[in-house]
Amino acid sequence: MPPTRRDVLRGLGLAALATPLAACATAARDAAPGPTASAAATSANNPLGVDAARRLEVVIFSGGNGDKYAVDLHEAAYRRTYPQAEIKHVATQKVGTQLRPRFIAGDVPDVVNNSGPEALDLQSLVQEGHLADLTPLFEAPSLAFPGKKVKDTLVGGAYENSLIDGVPRVLQYTVAHRALWYNAKLFEAKGWSVPRTWAEFNALGEEAKKAGIALFAYPGQVGPFYQLWNLIYSAAKIGGNKVIIDIDNLADGAWTAEPVRQAVAAWAQIQKDYGDKAYFGLDHTQTQVKHLQDKVLFYPCGSWLENEMAKDKPDTFEYAIAPVPSITSADALPYEAIMIGVSEAFFVAAKGKNPQGGLEYLRMMLSREGARGYTEMTKNLTIVNGLVDGLQLTSAVNSAAKAQEAAGKNTITDARFETWYKELFDYGQTQTNSVMAGRITPDQFCANMQKKADELKADSSIAKQTRSV
Amino acid sequence: MRRHGFVAGFLLLPVLLYVVFVISPYVQAFQIALTDWRGVSAGLDFVGLDNFRRMFGNETFWQAIRNHLVLLVAMPLATVSLALLFAYLLNVAGGSRGGTMTGVKGSGFYRVVFFLPQVLAVAVVGVLFKAVYRPDSSGVINGVLVKLGMEPVGWLTDQRLALWSIIAVMVWQAVGFYVVLFSAGMAAIPKDVFEAASLDGAGRTRMFFSITLPLLWDTVQVGWIYLGIAAFDGFALVNVLSMEQGGPDGATTVLATEIYKNAFSYSRFGYASALGVALFFLTLTFAALTMRVTRRERIVY
Repeated sequence: MPPTRRDVLRGLGLAALATPLAACATAARDAAPGPTASAAATSANNPLGVDAARRLEVVIFSGGNGDKYAVDLHEAAYRRTYPQAEIKHVATQKVGTQLRPRFIAGDVPDVVNNSGPEALDLQSLVQEGHLADLTPLFEAPSLAFPGKKVKDTLVGGAYENSLIDGVPRVLQYTVAHRALWYNAKLFEAKGWSVPRTWAEFNALGEEAKKAGIALFAYPGQVGPFYQLWNLIYSAAKIGGNKVIIDIDNLADGAWTAEPVRQAVAAWAQIQKDYGDKAYFGLDHTQTQVKHLQDKVLFYPCGSWLENEMAKDKPDTFEYAIAPVPSITSADALPYEAIMIGVSEAFFVAAKGKNPQGGLEYLRMMLSREGARGYTEMTKNLTIVNGLVDGLQLTSAVNSAAKAQEAAGKNTITDARFETWYKELFDYGQTQTNSVMAGRITPDQFCANMQKKADELKADSSIAKQTRSV
Repeated sequence: MRRHGFVAGFLLLPVLLYVVFVISPYVQAFQIALTDWRGVSAGLDFVGLDNFRRMFGNETFWQAIRNHLVLLVAMPLATVSLALLFAYLLNVAGGSRGGTMTGVKGSGFYRVVFFLPQVLAVAVVGVLFKAVYRPDSSGVINGVLVKLGMEPVGWLTDQRLALWSIIAVMVWQAVGFYVVLFSAGMAAIPKDVFEAASLDGAGRTRMFFSITLPLLWDTVQVGWIYLGIAAFDGFALVNVLSMEQGGPDGATTVLATEIYKNAFSYSRFGYASALGVALFFLTLTFAALTMRVTRRERIVY
């Protein structure tokens, strides 16, 4: 008798049960710890104990900044110091897809530029012990400033941002300034001045409306996080950096705090009165092109913006940064405050074959040639202080540098829940679109975000992070 | 026995490939669904049915299920109806000429036009319709609306329209294939039947419902199952077209986008596998139900 479909299905079911589960690619979590490569002897010239002949593998996210800088600057420097060592350079746009199987198999690269849309989740890497402790790097002598430790040559916040569970594990290489961007030439031509208060902001909105320009727009389709950032930084302006620290710490009532509600309500009002709902369906590039066409006055973004839009920028446009206007008269931070943050994550694999070489590679990235060359090549400032004198920078970066000077100590801190609790951040993006489009009220926004934050807090499968500054 | 050896010899390789690349990942998905695997290590802990408990308590999961139900009804219905209509027009509606049934004038041209979307990659279709649905005056549809003095419509940003806009794209892309499938089915129907009906005074509509559709039933049934399974996918289009990959407010989300987000953005591979298991059973149930419900006496001619 020929087998019926039923028999085949039953057979398959039995086969599935019979498959020894342990034989699959996944085993129970008592896997032996990966090999820890032994260090060579340390010396003054070799404080990290690099084995001069050992191979080094570097994975670079080849996005807006390309990967040429790594080959020409940092790998070249490593090769000069350790000519016997073979360097394997890997450029990819899919860091996660390419590396995830290698982390599972235990064949990991030494240095990883964990950026881009498919970056690996750092939290789970830490949980599995994959990220090397960067303390030796931060304590090592700097190659940029003789006599100083690496840690002491960096901008404020760079070290704090490297910490995961209190241990430095990820180096954020570049500095970016985030606030509102506008066309300085347009303002000059129209005789407008940059608004400092919410009343002035509204008044300018009326003026712009007459000229057929939307006062403000953000890309709702791809990049609503630009506006989520903007909401959070505005809230910090009202209530101080504590607002952001509470949010990051998943503190009770962090999202329902009055500064958050005020900031969200203020921006929802601007969108309602002077915005254009078409932008909810545009991506960041489309929105940025419209900004360049002077259809939008203010755009919330970071100082990489000019680099990104260099090809499309007409001569009539000059990027300049403006702080978010003061929302209340009793804001905790002055008008000049802007957000200064770090990005472009690099880490060294703890279970790689050459972790010492990886640390040394990062030290070379933070050297004078490494960091200054990077700024020259990609027009991004690095976290190493005081290396950019005499460099040709974009007007956006120059404007940001001036704004940084004006802000002085009044800088808005970065929100770390973006990487700590990506789920909360993604949920925040959908809620931002909702509240800006008027589908929910600012109060509902705060309540929904708080509910999600509380859920994550109660979820034991997610490792929690805390920060005090 | 020799015959069995012959058959087995042919089957061995495909079955082996199928087991390695289809069955074993499925089995593994069932296993991973019971763990807290984060995707970057070889080790994992079993957590029992935790992932399923979380899934059933999750609003987004139910939203995705609701969207699948809408897709499951609307997409095959629209596609099959349109494809049947077009196939009928292309093959039979022109009446009998020289002993064969022919289509309306220019049917050769239309055949190519209908089939064209089928050869485009889904990602290309997505990008294309991003331009079509663009919510300002640069959009293909909204450009016309604005010229006519109307307000532009947020095809993908209005939560009441978004899913329907995406269904329209799916239908647009699928119709061509089913036109070809049904055309082949119609070509197999003997022309005498049509002639007899025609002599008895049946009009085009009557002929369609009394002859074409019943004799085409097997093909329609197959098409329905294919489309139903496609309705459980929708990943690529939703990912490219919708805002927030499944928004606004989850209005267009499908299980596949939730699986992708949970696995690759949040490293919750265990939970994502649980969603995958749910999707597996949904698809299986649908296929079994359709076979059962649409079972009919086969008409032999």
